[in-house]
Amino acid sequence: MKKMDTQEKIKAQLEENDIILYMKGSAMFPQCGFSGKAVEILKACEAKFDTVDVLSNPDIRDGIKQYSSWPTIPQLYIKGEFIGGSDIMLEMYQKGDLQEKIKAL
Amino acid sequence: MVTPEDIKGWIEQEIIDCRVEITGDGQHFYAVIVSPVFADRSMVQQHQLVYRALGERMKAEIHALSMQTMTPEEYAVRDGAA
Repeated sequence: MKKMDTQEKIKAQLEENDIILYMKGSAMFPQCGFSGKAVEILKACEAKFDTVDVLSNPDIRDGIKQYSSWPTIPQLYIKGEFIGGSDIMLEMYQKGDLQEKIKAL
Repeated sequence: MVTPEDIKGWIEQEIIDCRVEITGDGQHFYAVIVSPVFADRSMVQQHQLVYRALGERMKAEIHALSMQTMTPEEYAVRDGAA
């Protein structure tokens, strides 16, 4: 099997999943408060989402920061588009924008 | 240890005409950053400006930073509503 480089791997993940959250830990067991908050927001939006644990994938942890020019985790992507970190997710959720984006899928 | 004043100084040095309100305990910081440069930029772009101002410090000294960015106009509306 061909070995994919990290940026290719990220692109493939983004193509395969409509809603994907790069986070520390899992949806069940977040390992950081910000990641936990991001999961809670997605649940409140009744979103069906996939997660990638960057703690067990160090190459992805660095690679995703490069991909989006964004230095922090969590990072939310919808249909391949970088939406933001937990602050932006919360602000969009409070305005109703995030729910709308998810419903429109 | 990083203080809220350190972070305020770093951001104010890099972002034109900005006002920073920040609280924090050395581990977690919460900042409200007001500047006209945020106008016509997406939220992602606004936060990227702040991250760029902080540069490598985001990777080392600053463990957790929450932020809200807004223009002076947005700040005035928010203030009025509060």
